[in-house]
Amino acid sequence: MKTSKFWVFVFVGPSLFLLLIFSIVPIFASFLLSLTNFNVYALVDWSRARFIGLENFRDLFHDELFWKAFLNTFYCLSIALPVTTVLALLNAVLLNRKDTRMKNLFKVCFFLPFVTNTVAIAIVWSWIFNPRYGLMNWVLGLFGIRGPQWLSDPKWAMLAIIVFVVWRGLGYNTLLFLAGLQNIPQELYEAAELDGANAWQKFLYVTLPMLRPTTVFVTTMMIIGYLQLFEEPYMLTQGGPMNATLSIVLYLYRQGFKFFKLGYASSIAVVLFLLIISLTVLRLKLSRE
Amino acid sequence: MKKFFCQLLSHAILVLFSLSMVIPFAWMLSTSFKKPHEIFVFPPRWIPREPTLKNYLDLFRAVNFSRPFFNTLIVAVSITVLSVLLASTAGYAFSKFRFKGRDKIFLLVLATIMVPGQMTLIPVFLIVKQLGMLNSYAGLIVPGVASAFNIFFMRQYMLSIPNELIEAARIDGAREDYVFFKIVLPLSRPAIVTIAIFTFTGSWNSFLWPLVVAQDERYYTLPVAVSVLAGQYSENLGLQMAGSCVVILPILVFFILTQKYFMKGIAPLTGLKY
Repeated sequence: MKTSKFWVFVFVGPSLFLLLIFSIVPIFASFLLSLTNFNVYALVDWSRARFIGLENFRDLFHDELFWKAFLNTFYCLSIALPVTTVLALLNAVLLNRKDTRMKNLFKVCFFLPFVTNTVAIAIVWSWIFNPRYGLMNWVLGLFGIRGPQWLSDPKWAMLAIIVFVVWRGLGYNTLLFLAGLQNIPQELYEAAELDGANAWQKFLYVTLPMLRPTTVFVTTMMIIGYLQLFEEPYMLTQGGPMNATLSIVLYLYRQGFKFFKLGYASSIAVVLFLLIISLTVLRLKLSRE
Repeated sequence: MKKFFCQLLSHAILVLFSLSMVIPFAWMLSTSFKKPHEIFVFPPRWIPREPTLKNYLDLFRAVNFSRPFFNTLIVAVSITVLSVLLASTAGYAFSKFRFKGRDKIFLLVLATIMVPGQMTLIPVFLIVKQLGMLNSYAGLIVPGVASAFNIFFMRQYMLSIPNELIEAARIDGAREDYVFFKIVLPLSRPAIVTIAIFTFTGSWNSFLWPLVVAQDERYYTLPVAVSVLAGQYSENLGLQMAGSCVVILPILVFFILTQKYFMKGIAPLTGLKY
């Protein structure tokens, strides 16, 4: 039996209307805007915006700061992704052991950064990275290491951001891995034991292959998330020192909402979108082979 | 003997990582109760010798943190209530109604999940500006209400409600609104609680959109207010830590009270088809 048009309209209408205005139309508008020179004057009067074809993208290609932001973001991704994955997997495996006590307490601890406001905890982290009074250099000092000037040294600033980023992502991904581990049938391990497999072999030949769907999901989401790096450098360094921590989204924000070059900023958004799509597709392709 | 050593090592690693998760919070809390001279004591002192509430009093008197606090509360509660309502009605329609193009429309909704927020930030800003909703509660709330993910989540859950239950009510002459409010909603409680908790936490913590849409400080939300505070009072660390505490602690308490829903909420994520 078909539902009457009236009820369909009442139940789906509002959601669809809002999604249309605030999600679907903006996606297309973003592409359109990226082809215009929409700037602070056009903000007052839209008719001042002109179509300029692919000029924004050509400018972007020659924009040193954009390349810097691009490389910085990939630098962060290339370190944070493997480090988070390995540490999250390690902790998940340990949490999943039968003889691990106080599991729930550990889980709650691991979940804390995920529910915490990034901006507020970033303020705490910028104090942790304080070279003279901060916890980081105090801990390093206990091992006899003299810590660097974390956030004001271009060589170390991005690494400090990465430490913070990994700290934020670790617990959540640990719990995702743990959920995946709990879905592996126990019989597989028993069968492997009968065949005389040791712990390491069981991990290599049972856990890892069975965990594959979770690993693909976790790493894909991580790629998407880390490419959108923004709040961490915005709060800790504002992109400095010497643009060492400028990320793609931070550059987008600067161009769009500091200089109100909304057309140019939209072209950055389009490039980011294409990057995310292509990396996601690539990741899923790799996992099929 | 080897087994005991294994267990010890594994617990040591877990404790180490758990501590590194908790320590920033402990330090934030401890510093927020310190007087300026105690903040710059090295090596750091974990429990303040002369605890003070001055930082918190300053926060609500001198800086006026109460306005952003209530703004955040209003925005987060409104988004949560409206989003849950819209997601469950739409989820019900997509799972139990029969109408032309249903699955195609649902696919379109699903597709919007994949688009990152930055992609739509600028057009949404222009649309909200055109509607005259910059610097208003409407501007903070309305764009966040329709969540494709919540619709998807509710639909998946409602698929498991037996059709016979709904058909029987319809045959008895019940209207769709009655079926929805009296049968479907009560049965969907676990799913509703889960998305309500995630939506509330998400909107409490959201930063980029409020930063862009509320340039007038009367409409600052807590995350924006605390980021401004960090810039304005960069030398007053106690005040900054008190500000961070006010942003973080309510959600932390909320999380600890509702943790089993959080843990349940992330489990289905790993079962997603992709």
